[in-house]
Amino acid sequence: MATTTSALGGAIRRREDPALIQGHGRYVDDIKLPGETAAAFVRSPFARAKVLSIDASEALAMDGVVAVYTAADVDSLGPLIAQLSFAPRPLLNGGEVKHVGEAVAMVVAENRYLAQDAADLVFVDYDPLEAVIDLKDAHSDRVIIHEGSESNTIISWAAPFGAEPEDQQAVRDQIEADKSRDDTVVVSQEMINQRLIPTAIEPRRVLAEWNPGYRSLNVWSSSQIPHALAGGIAVSLGLPTTSVRVIAPEVGGGFGAKLNVYNDEILVSWAAQQLARPVRWVETRREAANSTIQGRGWVGTATIVGTTDGEILGYDFDGIADMGAYTQNFTVAIPFLGLFVGSGQYKMPTYWKIDCVATNTTTTDAYRGAGRPEAVYYLERIIDMYAREIGMDPADVRNKNFIPNEAFPGAVSPIGFAMDTGDYSTNLNELLEVADYAGMKAERDAARAAGRHVGIGLSSYVEVCGFAPSGLADLGFNWATYGLPTAFNGSGLVRVNPDASATVIIGTGPSGQAHQTTWAQIVSDRLGIEVDNIVVKHGDTGDSPMGIGTFGSRSAAVDGAAAYQAADRVREKAAKLAAHLLEAAEEDVVFADGGAHVAGSPDSSVGWGDIASIAYQVHKAPEGTEPGLESEVFFTPSNATWPFGSHLAMVEVDADTGNVEILRYVSMDDCGNVINPMIVDGQVHGGIAQGIGQALFEEAIYDADGNLLSGSMVDYPIPTAGDLPAFELHRTVTPTDVNPMGVKGIGEAGTIGSAQTIVNAVVDAVAPLGVTHIDMPLRPRRVWEAIQEAR
Amino acid sequence: MEVSLTVNGQAVTSEVEARTLLVHLLRENLGLTGTHVGCETGYCGACTVHVDGTPVKSCTMLAAQVEGAEVTTVEGLANGELHPVQEGFWERHGLQCGYCTPGMIMTAAGMLADNDNPSEDEIRHGIEGNLCRCTGYHNIVRAIEYAAAKMRGDEPAAPDWEVV
Repeated sequence: MATTTSALGGAIRRREDPALIQGHGRYVDDIKLPGETAAAFVRSPFARAKVLSIDASEALAMDGVVAVYTAADVDSLGPLIAQLSFAPRPLLNGGEVKHVGEAVAMVVAENRYLAQDAADLVFVDYDPLEAVIDLKDAHSDRVIIHEGSESNTIISWAAPFGAEPEDQQAVRDQIEADKSRDDTVVVSQEMINQRLIPTAIEPRRVLAEWNPGYRSLNVWSSSQIPHALAGGIAVSLGLPTTSVRVIAPEVGGGFGAKLNVYNDEILVSWAAQQLARPVRWVETRREAANSTIQGRGWVGTATIVGTTDGEILGYDFDGIADMGAYTQNFTVAIPFLGLFVGSGQYKMPTYWKIDCVATNTTTTDAYRGAGRPEAVYYLERIIDMYAREIGMDPADVRNKNFIPNEAFPGAVSPIGFAMDTGDYSTNLNELLEVADYAGMKAERDAARAAGRHVGIGLSSYVEVCGFAPSGLADLGFNWATYGLPTAFNGSGLVRVNPDASATVIIGTGPSGQAHQTTWAQIVSDRLGIEVDNIVVKHGDTGDSPMGIGTFGSRSAAVDGAAAYQAADRVREKAAKLAAHLLEAAEEDVVFADGGAHVAGSPDSSVGWGDIASIAYQVHKAPEGTEPGLESEVFFTPSNATWPFGSHLAMVEVDADTGNVEILRYVSMDDCGNVINPMIVDGQVHGGIAQGIGQALFEEAIYDADGNLLSGSMVDYPIPTAGDLPAFELHRTVTPTDVNPMGVKGIGEAGTIGSAQTIVNAVVDAVAPLGVTHIDMPLRPRRVWEAIQEAR
Repeated sequence: MEVSLTVNGQAVTSEVEARTLLVHLLRENLGLTGTHVGCETGYCGACTVHVDGTPVKSCTMLAAQVEGAEVTTVEGLANGELHPVQEGFWERHGLQCGYCTPGMIMTAAGMLADNDNPSEDEIRHGIEGNLCRCTGYHNIVRAIEYAAAKMRGDEPAAPDWEVV
C-alpha cells in the first residue's frame, strides 16, 4: 500500500480566497440574528481606584436601553479563573479597579449607537489610589498592587530549568569567576523589550444566543481557542460544556490577542441568557488596545563573558517581565516560553532568570512569538555587542558557538531542554552565501567611506513550537480551569463520503493561516483524493473533535499530524476494500489518481467512489466490515519542535534626522518540511513585518498615571507598505522527527528572527559615531538622540 | 432621515440617523458586509469603498453625505467576475486573514484606474492608507503588480514560488 500522488510541497492557490476577495467572508460581525441587542462597556479612566458607587439611572431611563449590569449582578459567576492564573480578573469590577480600561459596568441596548450613548450616561464615582506603572518601581514592592500579596513579583522562572537553586547559582558563580580571567572580556547591557499591542485588523467581536428550550448557548467569537472558550463559558455559567457551542468563523487576525477567554465573552453570553435575546459586542480599537491583552514588556540585563577569540564561556540574563494588572491565559507562561530558548542554539553555560511582576497596566499575554522574541532579542543583541568588542565578525562568533551537528540526535540545550533536530551552521552559512555577505560588507564599507551611515545586522534564532507533548500538561499547559482537563493534543477527523468526496474536521482553526488549503493538501497526499474534492471544516465546537487552538506555531505540527494519521487509518481500511474489489492482496494496493490499483497494473483500478460505495453498503464488502469510512485521531508528539534560522538586514541611517531605511532584508528559515511554500512564505513575510514594527515603530506608551497614550492606530503606528522593503526569503530543510510529516511550524519564526536583526543593523550603522545600543523602537528621534549623546 | 443613492449599480433608499456612518449604512441597512470596520479613525482603511469612482474610507463619511452618489463596494467591483486586482490577490497570495483585503482591493483598484503601470515604490506609497497586519505587504505589492500587468494586457511576472 503506497500513495504515489503527493500534494505536499505544492504552492497551490488558497481555497479560502474566492470568498474573501469578493467580500463574502463571514466574520462575527457579519452574522445577524433576529432580535439582537448590543452591548457596550463602561471602563475605568483610572489605573487604580476604589469604585465608590455607580449610578445607572439616567442610562436606564433612556429609550432603547435594555439593561445595565454591574459587579453585584455578576458576583455569583465568580472571577475569571484563567489558566496559570495567580491574579484572577473580576468579570466586572466593583471593588478596586487595577488598570485604565477595566470594565466596571455593561450596558445592553437595542443597537450599538444607543448602547454607547447609554454607557456614556453611567456615572461612576471613583476614589483614585496610587498606581504603579513603571516596571522597576513595581518590582521594588514600594507599593503592593494586589491586596494580600507580599510582593508584586507573582512568580520567577530560572534556568538551567529543573536544576536545584544551588546548581543554578553554581552556573552563575562560574560565569562570575570567568569574568576575572585575564583572557576574557565581559560585555553587559541593560535593554528594554518594549510593550506591544497585537493589533489584529479585526478587533474582537462576540455574539451570543441563548435557547431557553434547549438551555443551550450559541456563541460566535473571533477567537483562536473556541473549545477552551466553550469550556470557560460553561464553567462560569454553570452549564455542561456540551450546552455551549462556540463558533469562530472567519477570524480577522489573532497574533495571540484572541488566545484568551475574556470577561466580555463570559458577560455577553450571560446577558444573552438573562435576557433571552441575542447580545452582540463589538470591540472598539481603543478597547482592543487597553482591554484586550498586550505583549512583551521586559527589562533585563544580558551579560556575556568570552575569550578574545570568540568562545563564549557563559551567558547570564537577569530580567523582569511586566504582567500588567491581572494574569490571564498564558500571562506568566510567556516569560517561561522565553526561558525555553534562553540559550538559543548555542552551547555556552547559561544562567537565565526572570521575575514576573504585576503593574497597574493592561494585562500582557501571548503576542506573536510570546516570550521567544524577547529572549532571543537579548541573546542576539549581546552576542553582537560581544563580537564588536573583540573585533570579530558576528557570523564567525555565532558559528563558533553553535551546538554542533554531532550533538543530534539527543542534543540538550544549556537551559536544560532536549531539542529535536538542528543544523545551525549550514543554515547560517547558506544565508551568508545567498545574500552575498562579503559583497554586502564591501558595499557597506564603501558607503561609509562616502560618508553614509550604512549598517549590516545579523541574527540567528531558535524557537520552540508545537508546544503539545502531553507531559507539558503538568506544567500548566492544559485547559483544566475551563473544565477540560486535556493536554495540548492535536485532533482531526477524516471521512470519505459515499460520493467519494472527503470531509476533514479539525479541532483547530485559522486566523489567516489557510487551514482549508493546508489540511486538504495533507489529506490529499495520504489518500490521493483531489484537493478540490476535500472539504475542511473548522472553528465550530459543535461538530469538531476537542481541539486546542491555533497559537505557538502548533497547528500544522500537531493538528496536521493528527489529520495525517487519521487519513492513514482511512487508507488502511480503504486498502482492504480495494483489495477485495481488485481481487488482489492488500499489500499490493497502490493509491493514485483518485483511486487504487494493483501495483504494476494501473489499468486495473477502482475509484474512491467504488471503495466508498462498498464501505457504506457492507453486504458487498468482505465479511465483518464495519460500515463507514472515517477515522478520528488525537495526536501527542514526543517533544516540541525547535525551528531555527538566520536573518540578515542592511539599513541606512540618516544621521541628521535619525531616520532608518531598510535597504535589504534576507532570511534563511528552517521549519522542517514545507506543506505549501507559498503559505509558508506568507507567514514569514508577516512575521518579519511585525518584528520590524517592534524594532522601528511600535510601543505601548503609558504616562505616569497609567493612561495609555498609544491607544489608537494613529498613536500606535504599525508598519505600512511604504515602511517595508521587499523581503528575500530562503530556506534550509531539517525535518523534525517528532511528527510524521517532519514539519516544525512557521507562524512566529519571522517575528522571532527580525527585531534584533534590524537593531543590530542600525547599531552597526551608527557604531562609527560611537553608539553601542539604542532601545526599541528606533524611531527617528530616538536614533538622533543616541547619535547626539555619542557625539 | 432618508438617503437615496446608487450602490453597486442599484438605486437604493434607506432610513438613517444623521450620525449614521456610511460604513454602517452599507453593512447594517444594506447587508453589504464585505466592507469592514477596523479602527473607527480612518486610519486602517479596511472600510474603503468607491464614492463616485474615488476610494474613500467609509467609516469617516456620514451616510447623509452620499445622497445621490454612486457607491461601489467590494461585492460590486466586478459583479461576480473577478476584477484583475481580485485575481492578483488570489494568484499572488495577497491576503491571509482577509479582513483588510476588501479595503486594500478597493484602494488598489482606484490606484490602477489612474495609473496602470505603477512602480513598486508608487504601489507601496499608494496603499499606505490601508493597513495589513498579516502579509508584510510583500505579496500585496506582487498582487497589484500582477493586476497592473493584466490591465495593460501584459504577462504578469512569475511568482516567487514554483507553480504546480
